Amino acid sequence: MSLELFSQYIFAGITYGIIYAIVAIGFNIIYNTTGIINFAQGEFVMLGGMTAISLNHFLPLPLAIISAVLFTMLMGGLIEIVFIRWLQKPSVLRLIIITIGISILSREAALHVWGDSVRALPYFTGNVVSSVDILGASISPQVLWVLAICYCLVIILSLFFKFTPLGREMQACAANRLAATLCGINAKNMVTFSFMLSAAIGAVAGCVVSPITSSQYDMGTGLAIKGFTVAVLGGLGNSMAAVAAGLLLGIIEAFSVGIGFPLAFQDAIAISILLIILFVRPHGLFGNKEAAGLKEF
Amino acid sequence: MDLKKITSIALLITLVVGIQLTTQLTGTSYYLTQLTMTMYSCLLIIGLCLVMGYAGQISLGHAGFFAIGGYTSAALTTTNLLEALERGSGCVGLLNKMGLLVSSTSLFGEPMLTVHPWLACLLAIALTVLVAFAIGIPVLKLKGHYLAMATLGFGIIIYRIVLAVAFLGEADGISDVPGFTLLPGLTVNGDIGNRITNYYIAATILIIGFVLLLNLIDSRVGRALRAIHGAEDAADAMGINTARYKLYTFVISAVFAAVAGILLTHYTGGISPGDAGVMKSVRYVAIVAIGGMASLWGALSMGGLLNFLSLRGFFGSYDDAFFGAILILIMLFAPQGILRLSLWNKFKGGKKEVQ
Repeated sequence: MSLELFSQYIFAGITYGIIYAIVAIGFNIIYNTTGIINFAQGEFVMLGGMTAISLNHFLPLPLAIISAVLFTMLMGGLIEIVFIRWLQKPSVLRLIIITIGISILSREAALHVWGDSVRALPYFTGNVVSSVDILGASISPQVLWVLAICYCLVIILSLFFKFTPLGREMQACAANRLAATLCGINAKNMVTFSFMLSAAIGAVAGCVVSPITSSQYDMGTGLAIKGFTVAVLGGLGNSMAAVAAGLLLGIIEAFSVGIGFPLAFQDAIAISILLIILFVRPHGLFGNKEAAGLKEF
Repeated sequence: MDLKKITSIALLITLVVGIQLTTQLTGTSYYLTQLTMTMYSCLLIIGLCLVMGYAGQISLGHAGFFAIGGYTSAALTTTNLLEALERGSGCVGLLNKMGLLVSSTSLFGEPMLTVHPWLACLLAIALTVLVAFAIGIPVLKLKGHYLAMATLGFGIIIYRIVLAVAFLGEADGISDVPGFTLLPGLTVNGDIGNRITNYYIAATILIIGFVLLLNLIDSRVGRALRAIHGAEDAADAMGINTARYKLYTFVISAVFAAVAGILLTHYTGGISPGDAGVMKSVRYVAIVAIGGMASLWGALSMGGLLNFLSLRGFFGSYDDAFFGAILILIMLFAPQGILRLSLWNKFKGGKKEVQ
């Protein structure tokens, strides 16, 4: 394998990997504050991309994307308020089924609003054929956009959780909900915020990746599974590890295509990794076994 | 079997016969086709009900087991082995000598030599049991979200496999699957003339499966399962081998799904990747949830009703959306299932408190 080909695969892997990582962080944010795995996480990505595409017909691209992100954020909050907020001590099984139902409903709603055609946002700069040479590999400028925006997002998120009052309140809820409530934090609002936040970052991912992978009403499930794989691979709840795990999965997938692994089974790789990691190391590659022992697997 | 159970089953049989006679009298016997398909789906659903309601484990991959059964049987009964026999394959020759292969002519008049449906059926069930054990042993150690995701992942892998393997027909699936002669004169196939027979075959198999499960949950095993569902650690402490019970229930329900897949495939004459899709698995879970999780009667009645309406195209293009919506509504407002809404309980006089 030549250096050009090698760096080509690396870049392809990183692009997909960072998207998986963003979806995984979405899972983590909600999981940390509520202990719920939101099976509708992939639908936020779809919703963000599709809304931006529709808005782009009469709004300039940056404005369309910002509105789409805000819209998805609103939907995320709304979903939490309507379906989850008022439940009293719901069982895990019940929450799983509810979020699966939400995922189906969003998908079907998208099907009826947008139809089953494949759409895409225009490239942020340049077009399909424009490319930049890096280490001998031809990279679409969009890939650089994806990388730049997603890395900024990860950094902003970690700063948000470390330094802003709201972020710290959310962290407090994640660490110990009862103690946080006793300190005067409204835990229920934090849950709503966490849904809004993870919907928003899902929507950002949906927008930046749309020119490369296109958007379709049913893209959510596949992304959700891979995002979950990455979240578990990194250790559920650990966002920085999710980024590393996301890049790992992305690169594995890219190279599996490179060595001639059939494309049709590409999804099977991620799922096999998920199954293996669940069976062998459910606390994740970077997770702490003792800390994980306190969680319900 | 106590008296109550026998009367309920007798009522069920009366209902089955009654429906057939009604369609006969009103000249609507075309309903029987969908009813037959519905009953095979119900076979899967009551099996899933055992896992979800009684053992308390969620499975989002049951369409996968359905597909393993259906596809194995379909592939074996449609692959022409004549060439392999002429090439002198020892295995095929041995099967032929044992009378386990059947010759026929294809639609284009070519001679065909295929595996006997009974052998195909047994092999399909054996494969399902094998896969269910292989998947079940590690998966059932997981709980909650992890179990849901792992079974979902299993379902997607099966879906990807049937979609990508040329031998299994890729996106087209397998068609022209021959009928399955259970006993001389009793053939599972889609012939119009054979409709009433098939209706009763499906009903008989469903009722046998149902009675088996009813007896199972009233047995020592059933009580152990309920203990596991209630509090797994406590059950474990009482000396119940929780891992083994969960695994066996999982395998039993996988076999139910596979049998449903085999029979439905022979009945409709084909199977396609859509039957292995995630949405199908979710739909089965939805129906069990609507029926009230730990209620075989609920699963059976809701499975019958909703599958039939869906097959009749009652929900139009909102089919999946309907199941999604009902899933949410039930889980929000009636997590004990539609038959145990508080109103209904009052109507029954609140006589029986079900945990």
